[in-house]
Amino acid sequence: MTVAEQAETSETTAAHGAGGNGRLPPQPGEWIDRSRTLNFTFENQSVSGFAGDAISSALWANGIRVLGRSFKYHRPRGIYTLADHDCNALFQTESATNIRGDVTPLADGMNLKAVNTFGGLRGDWARFMDWFSAFLPVGFYYKAFHTPRFLFPFWERIMRRAAGLGSVDPGRTAAATPKAYEFCDVLVVGAGPAGMAAAIAAGETGLRVVLVDENPGIGGSLTYQRPNADDTRSRFKELSHKLDAMPNVHVRTSTTVGGCYVDRWLALFDETRMTKLRTGGVVFATGCAEQPAVFRNNDLPGIMLASAAQRLIGHYAVKPFESVVMVAGNSDAYRAALDLHRAGVRIAAVADLRSEGEAAEAAAMIRDVGAEVHFRHAVYDAFPANGMAGIRGAVLCQLDKAGRPRPESVFPIDCDGIAMSVGWAPAAQLLYQAGVRGKYDGNVEQLVPENLPAGIFAAGRVCGVYNLPDQINDGTHAGTAAAEYVRDGTESTTIFIAHEGPPPSHPYPIMPHAAGKNFVDLDEDVQLKDFENSVQEGFDNSELLKRYSTVGMGPSQGKHAIMNTARCLAFLHNRGIAEGDLTTSRPFYTPVRIGHLAGRNFHPLRRTPIHNRHEAAHAEFMYAGDWQRPACYRGDRRSRTEAIRGEVVAVRNQVGLIDIGTLGKIDVRGPDAVEFVERLYTGRIAKLKIGMTRYLAMCDESGVVVDDGIAARLAEDHVYLTATTSGASAVVREMRRWAILWGLNVSIINHTGQYAAFNLAGPASRKVMSAVTEVDLEAESFPYLGLRLGAVCAAPARIMRVGFVGELGYEIHVPAQFAGRLWDGLMDAGRDHGIRPFGVEAQRVLRLEKGHIIIGQDTDGLTNPFEAGMGPAVARKKPFFIGQRSLSIIRSRPETRRLIGFTLRTDYSGPIPKECHLVIADGEMIGRVTSGAESPTLSRVIGLAYVPPDNTEPGTMLTIRVDGGMLVEAAVARLPFYDPENTRQAGG
Amino acid sequence: MKLISCPVNGLRPLQEFSYGGEFREMPEPSSASDAEWADYVFNHDGAPGIKREWWYHIASGVWFIAERDTLKDEIMRTYLYSHDSCRTSRDI
Repeated sequence: MTVAEQAETSETTAAHGAGGNGRLPPQPGEWIDRSRTLNFTFENQSVSGFAGDAISSALWANGIRVLGRSFKYHRPRGIYTLADHDCNALFQTESATNIRGDVTPLADGMNLKAVNTFGGLRGDWARFMDWFSAFLPVGFYYKAFHTPRFLFPFWERIMRRAAGLGSVDPGRTAAATPKAYEFCDVLVVGAGPAGMAAAIAAGETGLRVVLVDENPGIGGSLTYQRPNADDTRSRFKELSHKLDAMPNVHVRTSTTVGGCYVDRWLALFDETRMTKLRTGGVVFATGCAEQPAVFRNNDLPGIMLASAAQRLIGHYAVKPFESVVMVAGNSDAYRAALDLHRAGVRIAAVADLRSEGEAAEAAAMIRDVGAEVHFRHAVYDAFPANGMAGIRGAVLCQLDKAGRPRPESVFPIDCDGIAMSVGWAPAAQLLYQAGVRGKYDGNVEQLVPENLPAGIFAAGRVCGVYNLPDQINDGTHAGTAAAEYVRDGTESTTIFIAHEGPPPSHPYPIMPHAAGKNFVDLDEDVQLKDFENSVQEGFDNSELLKRYSTVGMGPSQGKHAIMNTARCLAFLHNRGIAEGDLTTSRPFYTPVRIGHLAGRNFHPLRRTPIHNRHEAAHAEFMYAGDWQRPACYRGDRRSRTEAIRGEVVAVRNQVGLIDIGTLGKIDVRGPDAVEFVERLYTGRIAKLKIGMTRYLAMCDESGVVVDDGIAARLAEDHVYLTATTSGASAVVREMRRWAILWGLNVSIINHTGQYAAFNLAGPASRKVMSAVTEVDLEAESFPYLGLRLGAVCAAPARIMRVGFVGELGYEIHVPAQFAGRLWDGLMDAGRDHGIRPFGVEAQRVLRLEKGHIIIGQDTDGLTNPFEAGMGPAVARKKPFFIGQRSLSIIRSRPETRRLIGFTLRTDYSGPIPKECHLVIADGEMIGRVTSGAESPTLSRVIGLAYVPPDNTEPGTMLTIRVDGGMLVEAAVARLPFYDPENTRQAGG
Repeated sequence: MKLISCPVNGLRPLQEFSYGGEFREMPEPSSASDAEWADYVFNHDGAPGIKREWWYHIASGVWFIAERDTLKDEIMRTYLYSHDSCRTSRDI
């Protein structure tokens, strides 16, 4: 039968009755709501299901067996795990992709398509890849890209097209995904019998408990493994009634714990958002994931885990198949057979991998059903039917004493389904993330926790506890222990419940077949022979094998593959399973929608109190540290350069006003205030008179300049300090540390956000000031570097006569609430004098003309004060200051570089040298530019650069490489460029 | 996110703290040789193990000492700096 014929067949057999014809009579506790029919389309075919269906269960109920195509060979795939690991049944709608059919609730009107097809699921032309599989050996990608080199682009084109699943509409606007934060005392992950018991035990102590489960309903295995059995039903009822009666236990279903981080900080995901939850203790009752058997054609639709078949029946009342062959490696197989029989499935045969002695007791359970049990037999192959859309029989094969198949003993059995019940792998990924190590326990043939870090507890099947009463005891114990830990800090204790009877997992349910196609990882189409070849090629440990063969790298992250991989690896190395045979577990446990992780674009932002005045004055803003500052006031001027130039000219010729409220402003008070400042800064202030200020620089312990500012003496025991905008918070932080270390009696108050500050500068600044203050501004009574307290615009102000920009000027500091009044008052008073607000860019040009450096711009992480021309600010003879000892060493060594001023020719019109442009001599880099600008005052380009000491003589010619690689001649100039006699800022 | 116990503010998330480097005692600058001084300034012990470190609670401006096992990423104890507290626990 061709694929096209199969398509027609499936169309005719597809049921058109509500909810699908494959439904069983109502099952106790089923998740579907038969009163609500949901209509949807799948690959352009109209189908219906019930509310509560998963997409896959609804499709299966409608007789649809091919749900998707595999990643590499495009083989048809159906339901396999029905436990969030069916990564070949991924669907696409108009708005979302890679929707997991086995766990995503069906919604009315869904229009679903399989993701990994070329031209639709049925006619997928890439299905021919399956025939070429022999030419796609393990590590194919690596090999293809490696040699020959000239074929690289060819393979790249092909693989880019083949790789990736689903497609997204890039035009879609992203929805905001808020995050939630939650706190609880005890978190229980997994609401199976052990988890429910743990939540009840912790809840009974009165603590706040959260119980999380990824399924839409609680109960775990109780809801689908022997759900009809009296014991199961009564236990489930008892546990759920107890939980219902506990208001302090919050049950969250359809919620997955994606990651467990340090100090019990967990990431929870549900349909709408991520919840970051902090808890006092965690109980992981995460259970197990059933593992497949490996045999030829074990991936065909109709072959599934026994638990998947049981989930279909118990949760969705869907009949998985008509006639089944069970592959049994444990006693669970027989319990599953009973569930299947009860649902009307014919048990064609049971192939038990174990000997009769091991399995007889369990086998007796189904004797009445009339099924034939073949001990020491395995399913060796499956016969495809309908163009691989299903199966028509299983091939059984006898096993030898070592458990290896004897191909000469094969015989067929007719069936349309194979259910695999050969073992379990603990869902311990979160435990491993929490710092738990696994050790292999031969009693249960699985890894169990070896240690439990503080606050981490585990219970149930993840610990190898399979007997229902034991699971409940284990959960109760873990819940109680978690509660005790939260209340008293008692360290974790474990109880060890030894497993009795045959192990629940088979040690090697893996059947080699000469013709291959025995899949270990269905996500990535990794076959058994790929492991043998990888190991032969030297990729023989789990991490290498994973990356080379891509096993476990698909969307299910190896949840149905890594355990069998570990078994293969141990087998190929002829040893037992070791912890290192599993690959490292990292968040997230299950794929998480990227939107759930996306955060808001958060950048801390600070604005000065008069931000709105700047906006009204058409300021163009820039970031300075966290602050937004006006770069310039562009207004309706044609260019930015023109605006900056105008501001510079205004300050030099009339008067300008700049908002410098972003500077650090720190009050240091106390008997040791002066001593403290002396130790922090390189300069002296011990003799600084009250009412005077001084420029100070700060070094770190290695003698590197880290900050500078003005110190103003307000009283004997009170110094007011400014710090740079970007350095302020670090300066305050370090001040506090040194104050503790030195044990000095000082208090440090950070006024940075509480004070506004302005610099009124320019020849007319005194006239402007005199209109708004009563303070005597005459040069004799208020000299350069003086400090006065008084009212400005009726606001209490600290006024300092300092001049960063090199003109007569006043820094005015006022409490932030007066900032607006001050700005308006000064602008009004200055109107007749041609006042202009100026921004950071103009200030940078002005200070450059004056040769004042900016820490961080003209210094770097290695600059000492001497080479930056700040030698006069270093009082080397002081008893102590930070960096003093290092500077004495630096001073005793030859100088390596020095900051110099340079000018370009007045007729220069090329690119302006900027920070980090190189100074070149004889083709070698000898220095670098730190600042450069066109000076409106001097009508030429000026700048600062570090050069070797023998290049510092004024008039020395330098070569600077500017943008575009052009070499520009510059001449070393004496600093400052402007007003070398200092008459403008210091004079009358 | 890790929790750190600030001696003043109690258990707070790591986000509120800033790391201040290893606690080291400054040699007497006037008597230390250049080599000893350079060792103090530049040579920091990066080997994993139990460290005495400066931590700063940003929101409240509290500096304190944390004894941290950098191998296990565990904070063993935290306390406010005092001359004595750091002397007595020198042999950790």
